Amino acid sequence: MTAADLQALLPLLILAATSLFILLGAAFLPGHRTAYLITIVGMLVALASIRAAVAQAPHLVGEMLVIDAFALFYIGLLLLAASVVTTFAYDYLKKIHLKAEEFYALLTLATLGGCVLAASNHFATMFLGIELLSVPLYVLIAYVFRKNDSLEAALKYLILAATASAFLLFGMALIYAELGTMHFDGLRDNLQAGIGERRGLLLAGIALMITGFGFKLAVAPFHMWTPDIYQGAPAPVTAFIATISKGAMVALLLRFFGAIPSDQSGAVFTAISCIAVASMTIGNLLALRQTNVKRIMAYSSIAHLGYVLVAFLSGGPQAIESATFYIVSYSIATLSVFGLLAALSNADGEPETLAPFKGLFWRNRSAAVFLSLAIFSLIGIPLTSGFWAKLFIFIAGIQSGLWVLVILLALNSAIGLYYYLRILFVLYSPTDELSELSSTTSPLNRSSFVILAALTLLSLTIGIHPAPLLELVKMLVTTL
Amino acid sequence: MMLPLLILVLLLGGLLVWAAGRISASATRWTALTVLLLDAALVGWIFCAINDSPADGRWLMTYEVDWITALNVQLYLAVDGFSLALILLTIFLGIVAVLASWKGITERVGFFYFNLLWVLAGTLGVFMALDLLAFFFFWELMVVPMVFLIAIWGHENRRYAAIKFFIFTQASSLLMLVSIVGLYALHGTFRYDDLLGTEMPEGTAFWLMLGFFVAFTVKLPAFPFHTWLADAHTEAPTAGSVILAGLMLKTGAYGLVRIVVPLFPDAARDFAPIALAMGVIGILYGALLALAQTDLKRLIAYTSVSHMGFVLVGVFSWNSWAVQGVLMQMICHGISTGALFIIAGALQDRMHTRDIRRMGGLWGVTPKLAAFGLVFALASLGLPGMGNFIGEFLILLGSFQISPTIAIIAALSLPASAIYSLRIVQRTFHGQQAERWSVTDFDRREIGVMAVLVIAILWLGLMPQPVLDLVSPSLTETLERTQQNGGAQ
Repeated sequence: MTAADLQALLPLLILAATSLFILLGAAFLPGHRTAYLITIVGMLVALASIRAAVAQAPHLVGEMLVIDAFALFYIGLLLLAASVVTTFAYDYLKKIHLKAEEFYALLTLATLGGCVLAASNHFATMFLGIELLSVPLYVLIAYVFRKNDSLEAALKYLILAATASAFLLFGMALIYAELGTMHFDGLRDNLQAGIGERRGLLLAGIALMITGFGFKLAVAPFHMWTPDIYQGAPAPVTAFIATISKGAMVALLLRFFGAIPSDQSGAVFTAISCIAVASMTIGNLLALRQTNVKRIMAYSSIAHLGYVLVAFLSGGPQAIESATFYIVSYSIATLSVFGLLAALSNADGEPETLAPFKGLFWRNRSAAVFLSLAIFSLIGIPLTSGFWAKLFIFIAGIQSGLWVLVILLALNSAIGLYYYLRILFVLYSPTDELSELSSTTSPLNRSSFVILAALTLLSLTIGIHPAPLLELVKMLVTTL
Repeated sequence: MMLPLLILVLLLGGLLVWAAGRISASATRWTALTVLLLDAALVGWIFCAINDSPADGRWLMTYEVDWITALNVQLYLAVDGFSLALILLTIFLGIVAVLASWKGITERVGFFYFNLLWVLAGTLGVFMALDLLAFFFFWELMVVPMVFLIAIWGHENRRYAAIKFFIFTQASSLLMLVSIVGLYALHGTFRYDDLLGTEMPEGTAFWLMLGFFVAFTVKLPAFPFHTWLADAHTEAPTAGSVILAGLMLKTGAYGLVRIVVPLFPDAARDFAPIALAMGVIGILYGALLALAQTDLKRLIAYTSVSHMGFVLVGVFSWNSWAVQGVLMQMICHGISTGALFIIAGALQDRMHTRDIRRMGGLWGVTPKLAAFGLVFALASLGLPGMGNFIGEFLILLGSFQISPTIAIIAALSLPASAIYSLRIVQRTFHGQQAERWSVTDFDRREIGVMAVLVIAILWLGLMPQPVLDLVSPSLTETLERTQQNGGAQ
């Protein structure tokens, strides 16, 4: 390993070291606050080290990892999201008086897995990243076992994630058998060179891999686990699953399917279109009947990932641009929602049903404003980042002639309004029992307030002036 | 610089008003009124600036700044006579709406006026934006505060009405977004000026036009997209109804005149028979539905469907009479229906019912209110001397040249509108008192507001020429341009 390799890998190395420090800290300087501080400092240092890594980009580390602008962008995004989740988790765990040093170690490791995925360029690192991301989650989901739900959720996630990994592995094996390489660039070269006569085997491999990816992204028809796990996991962990785990997968998919060229008539294209349509429709329709906020968000996330797939299908540079922009905007909004759930929770539990949110605007104005703006962003209302995110998917889709998918997206967004509006109206509904209700949610404490305000401001800033982010995202494409 | 300032004053003013809500309710109301008066002063200033320097080219005043360079999006605002007339209407009705809700809104006053000012800001944006993306931006911006107005301060069934309103407008506007992006994919620009007169394949043009058409006719609303309107109007608070009827419906009409026909002259011409039929059905169906209503606000709402049917007929007749009639109809309907909603709202505040079967004989109790009611009922039925007459007359005249049949069928609604308008007067104000109501009459503030509205509607009816002079250069220019390109016949 050369110095250049080390410099390029600096963010990942720092993150790995952080998890060790947390464990050491737990042994010698036990304390919840210490663990949190080590984590957050480690993540911020890793974030800062991206500057150093940029100097080396694009850089191949031993054929397995590629540190280019795209990878670094996603690593930065994941690290930012992870530090936000960590802060939410600190407040959340403090409220229930849980000693939780290893929580942070697991969180850091899972984040590291996400970062490895964003940089992976090879089946081996891809699998490593996915497992590193998933295994800590088994524990994290059940970490606060106040109710049976979390144990059930953890078990479900364990079994299904393991199955999905098995599908992925088998798919990789088939593709490797056919193309003789596990390197993404090698796959592309060999495909273009016409190696691999047995198309059936190749297609079967890709189909199995899509199944595995589909599970991780929670797109229909591989979405069944989502609502239970969103509901059962503690709110900060749900935020982690919804943003970091999915963001990392999207980064991987953009790189992986960038390597496998597919035209609009191909079987892969058809399969992903079907998944996109099914996700949008099923997610939105099932969300209509839910009364639990976390379950509504779970189903809506299925739909949102369907929208991302539409961006993804448009192919070429605009696919990467619009999907990345959407993931950024979606992550900001989703972090706000789950962060708020975590911040409003008290020792008895989280406000999950709609009842505790009744009239929130009239008793906890800032919390309601944060939540409303996050929901506006998810709907795609102007002045929030979600507006441009959806717009860029429209542009990408139409420029590639995906009229049907885009129109379905439009109609689906209209269906989605119903459940988002239901949450919104509950927030603003005038109510006479304010004092009675105020005990159901706890007031925001300072750190959560600051983070939520920052997320909301970020969404508004992008909403008013999207050009800087768009240009940054466009720049990534040129390096890919 | 003055054009974005118009919007900015309202947006910042909205935030200020919200903050003022913490101090006291009356401070909030005065702040809101001041913000709007400031905007009115700005409009006056714009008029002076225009007169001082005669415009070259088609826009009287423009403002342009790059927004997203990567996508060639500008914040491009421009006004001609047509948009100026509607901007005036917006601010005028905004002031009326603030005054009309002076006493009716007692809870969460700050947030109420915040929403009110933001709706107005969005509406102004729609009337000025000439970059289609910016247009869409404001189009969406205008809807959300309206949903809040209905959902928080509305009547019994408000949540249903608000959701229905939002889903209808949002579904249709997303289809418009598909069309806007489709145009962008074809021509690489969102700029209205550059998109004018561009060639496009016939099939594509038709589908793109349809996206815009649906969005605008849902807002208008035209048959068969009118079902949200009755609920939204009925459940909205008074100020909300005034803005819905007076302004939001007009954005649909504005879109048809500004975007659908000029950008797609050929497709619009081919589509005209269907649009005319929709308009005529709307005229008659709206009038018939109005005849059958017992809820006063619902009744007025259905008369809007009928009156907006005239707008649709006028737009797709597309000659200078019809288009001038459309503009007159837009403004006068805004004023007269706004006034009727204020009267209905005043009755509801006082009697806690909108059921006209329970009213009756109110002339004896509230003579001033009843007198104003009579005036605006007459305006609504199109009595000569009131602005509405000019509008409908010009539209009928224009459409007669395109198709006498359409004009004749549309004219059939005139007796129906006489019946429903007089029924309002007869059932509410005349006859026996159904119950022994003791309600207060209009106070000085309300009389002032209504008097201004009466003067406006009479002025438009007796001296429409200044308004027509203001708008006719831009409308003539638009007409000529589309006729060069084949144009609607």
